[in-house]
Amino acid sequence: MNTAASALVEVDRVRQLYPKGSGEDLLVLDDVSLGLRNNEIVSLLGRSGCGKSSLLRIIAGLMPASEGKVSIGGRTVAGPAHEVAMVFQTFALFPWLTVLENVEIGLEALRIDSAERHKRALAAIDLIGLDGYESAYPKELSGGMRQRVGLARALVVHPKVLLMDEPFSALDVLTAETLRTDLLDLWSEGRMPISSILLVTHNIEEAVLMSDRILVFSSNPGRVVAEIPVTLPMPRNRLNPAFRQMVDDIYALMTAKPAGKQAQGVFPGTGISMVLPRVSPNLLAGLMETVAAEPYKGHADLPALAGPLHLEIDDLFPVAETLQFMRFAELAEGDLRLTDAGRRFVDLDPDGRKRLFAQHLLAYVPLAAHIRRVLDERGAHHAPASRFRDELEDHMSEQFADQTLRSVTSWGRYAESFAYDEATGVFSLDNPS
Amino acid sequence: MAIFRKGRPVAEPLGLGGEGVLPNLYDLAIFILVAGVFVLIAHGAHEMTAPAARLVAEPITLDPANLPEYALRTTLRMFAAIIVSLLFTFVVATFAAKSRTAELVIVPALDILQSVPVLGFLTFTVVFFLGLFPGSEFGAECAAIFAIFTSQAWNMAFSFYQSLRTVPRDLDEVSRHFQLSPWLRFWRLEAPFAAPGLIWNTMMSMSGGWFFVVASEAITVGDTTVKLPGIGSWLAVAIDAKDIHAVILAVLVMAAVILAYDQLLFRPIVAWADKFRFEQTAALQRPRSWVYDLWRRGKVVRRVSPAIGWIAARISRLPLGFARAARSARPAPNSRTSRLRNRLWLLAVLAVVAYALWRIALFTRASLSAEDLLAAIGFGLLTLSRVVVLIALASVIWVPIGVWIGLRPWAATRVQPVAQFLAAFPANVLFPMAVVVIVREHLNPDIWLSPLMVLGTQWYILFNVIAGASAFPTDLREVSTLFRLRSWQWWREVILPGILPYYVTGALTATGGSWNASIVAEVASWGDTKLRAAGLGSYIADASAAGDYPRVVLGIGVMSVMVVACNRLIWRPLYRLAERRFRLD
Repeated sequence: MNTAASALVEVDRVRQLYPKGSGEDLLVLDDVSLGLRNNEIVSLLGRSGCGKSSLLRIIAGLMPASEGKVSIGGRTVAGPAHEVAMVFQTFALFPWLTVLENVEIGLEALRIDSAERHKRALAAIDLIGLDGYESAYPKELSGGMRQRVGLARALVVHPKVLLMDEPFSALDVLTAETLRTDLLDLWSEGRMPISSILLVTHNIEEAVLMSDRILVFSSNPGRVVAEIPVTLPMPRNRLNPAFRQMVDDIYALMTAKPAGKQAQGVFPGTGISMVLPRVSPNLLAGLMETVAAEPYKGHADLPALAGPLHLEIDDLFPVAETLQFMRFAELAEGDLRLTDAGRRFVDLDPDGRKRLFAQHLLAYVPLAAHIRRVLDERGAHHAPASRFRDELEDHMSEQFADQTLRSVTSWGRYAESFAYDEATGVFSLDNPS
Repeated sequence: MAIFRKGRPVAEPLGLGGEGVLPNLYDLAIFILVAGVFVLIAHGAHEMTAPAARLVAEPITLDPANLPEYALRTTLRMFAAIIVSLLFTFVVATFAAKSRTAELVIVPALDILQSVPVLGFLTFTVVFFLGLFPGSEFGAECAAIFAIFTSQAWNMAFSFYQSLRTVPRDLDEVSRHFQLSPWLRFWRLEAPFAAPGLIWNTMMSMSGGWFFVVASEAITVGDTTVKLPGIGSWLAVAIDAKDIHAVILAVLVMAAVILAYDQLLFRPIVAWADKFRFEQTAALQRPRSWVYDLWRRGKVVRRVSPAIGWIAARISRLPLGFARAARSARPAPNSRTSRLRNRLWLLAVLAVVAYALWRIALFTRASLSAEDLLAAIGFGLLTLSRVVVLIALASVIWVPIGVWIGLRPWAATRVQPVAQFLAAFPANVLFPMAVVVIVREHLNPDIWLSPLMVLGTQWYILFNVIAGASAFPTDLREVSTLFRLRSWQWWREVILPGILPYYVTGALTATGGSWNASIVAEVASWGDTKLRAAGLGSYIADASAAGDYPRVVLGIGVMSVMVVACNRLIWRPLYRLAERRFRLD
């Protein structure tokens, strides 16, 4: 990683740990170093939960790093810094303030007198294309307009660096594209008072479309696994073969099996303490059907699959990985290929599907097998969920334990391997055949 | 009160969201603390009785010409109390939200204090404040205001605390990111975010407060009788004089005052506060107020508003907040020192609890025996059975009516304000009329005084059920129509689960109010005829009148335990069930 002395923002060996109730702390960011130079747009690309948003908040001074340090313009960050301004995924506008008041809030905190404040806010509103909306309240605006307010609010304080936390992911496809284009126009014309942009995203095409460099993050723990310079000329065309090739390459990179890890290791943790993603059995069946059908015939290119289905990688990857984990498919080099079991599943009737799913669930998901074994061993075939939750929480955070337990419950119910009573919180063998 | 709400209750009733059903050790400790404070005040009050007796207040006359002034005095007392409650809310709730150690004591204390029947406590406070300002009416005024305050402040503080704790994460980050000073942060983020919940709770508090203002104006403690100029005292004099016309006049004036306060003050505030609702979508139905519309359209006012806005903006930008407190990301507290601090804090709390226990033991051992405790519990069970039967009766009557009204928007918009008006109307103003009937017909007071306890509180059930039925989703109603659900099945499986959270909120408020009302409802008089129903309310009322402080404390203690037990054993589990199983969003 280039962390030259000229770097505007320098992140030096940052680690981030979250304390857990028991056991060792959860490592979210592991030894992350990066530099942001003048006049560039850098994307942090990774899946949800890879710690990229945490990194952005550490850079913004909103939370301290457990280890390592961040400096901006040579000064170490300790608390919110003036040189950066952030745009939020959820817009984070004050619903009771007008557009103008929302934009002015940062200037107000700086104690800038009202005439100057007004002038600067109006200029920012003008720049971002919100003329005429000064006195509107956020609830009267569309999502795209709201994010423009968020952008104006960040620009008006004249930051050196604009931090953007998935700024387009809450917008619909068309609105997001318009806003991206407008932002790139302003950037290339040099009309924004900023030196560089750090963009957090989970959208591969967005990263390729907008940035000069892409830093690809791995998950669990988050670390930079690749740095990809994007040299395609602006404005970029998504249909350009070189663009497509780059998107394909990043997909392949993000689905590559990390060296030294077994196929088992798609999810963090081992054995029953593996963190399972929240994926419904319907989605699993749906993806298998789609991949089995024309035009893929059992072998699909992930970017090609994501496009028409409008799936972000955060939606698609967990499903694909769960299929791989249960041996219904293989995932490699950005391709998803159904196994024999996967093909058989698609051709079966609903009951047959459930039986096949149950076999794979008990064979390949250790937690499901564990729950079933406990229920079989007990005379009454009942076991409280808290028993398993406690076991999980020895190895993972409360939130992950909850998610894992919900996933395995939903899979077990579909497979009719075991039942679960929400009211009493008890697993049982009551209704399975 | 008169706010027609389509949504869920803004804030869940105090304490209902809590986890456990059974009281934990912490509750017990807080309870002992509260009781200890009572005992100390009672002790202090006892010492101060003598100077208080010298007070000669200006006599109340039943001259209708005086009634407007009395009404004004009553209203002013009410506003003084609400201002004190707001100040208390801002200080205490902010403190609880910002300091973990303070939170540990304040939140359970609010929970218990809200269950304490403050009316029974009136005697101490009157004597205490009279002692503070010997020989002047000011002491009595303070006591009355304090009584109203104690009926209002807790749920307001709790609502504000809850809002402060649930400030949306992204807005919190924005405020920290742009380094808003604590003062600016309060005005731009915390106060606006908390406004809808706080305003709703202030309205509920005020509608409960009318009851207390009436009850606290004319007070007899031992041989001290205080009558502050106001509607409550007018009523007391009218009862002594057996003047039914004066009673009717008081009812009419009270109704006019409440109507005016609702139309002129609260509706405009609610309409204005609509913009603080934390929603990103524009609502279809907004609260309206003709006063607010007038205000916004008026020519003069249009000049005045920006000036007020300018002043408000200046205040919010005052360089307070101790420079720009660079509250950076809160550094992870050093676990070792924080553990030590927690231990010390716990130790301090325990020491105070032990002291409180000792004071209570000292106080009660001198004048109370085990028989007294048993007697109080016996009376408590009598009152409990009254409350249970009456709330059940009120539910059986008002739930079907409320559902019927709530499912018909045209009826709901008309009835809802009336129900909320009735909930605010102080039922104790109506008591004399009921007493007249009981005396004339020679009815059994043990039975016929009881309905007075729910006279004013049943409306909470009605208007909450109406709100719940109005919010019931149309598609679910259509499904049940399509499947031709039979009526009993429709009630059991569709509408009752649908309105349960609302019903629990209403029934909880009604029950708490009824316990309080029992202190004035179980003892009634008309001229020199005295009626009393055996129960804990009359036990406390008698002990107060006789200046028997130990028995007042005992009665209040027993009643508080019963109220808390009711909340924990019935309402809290029901509310949690409703939250978990019957959530409609």
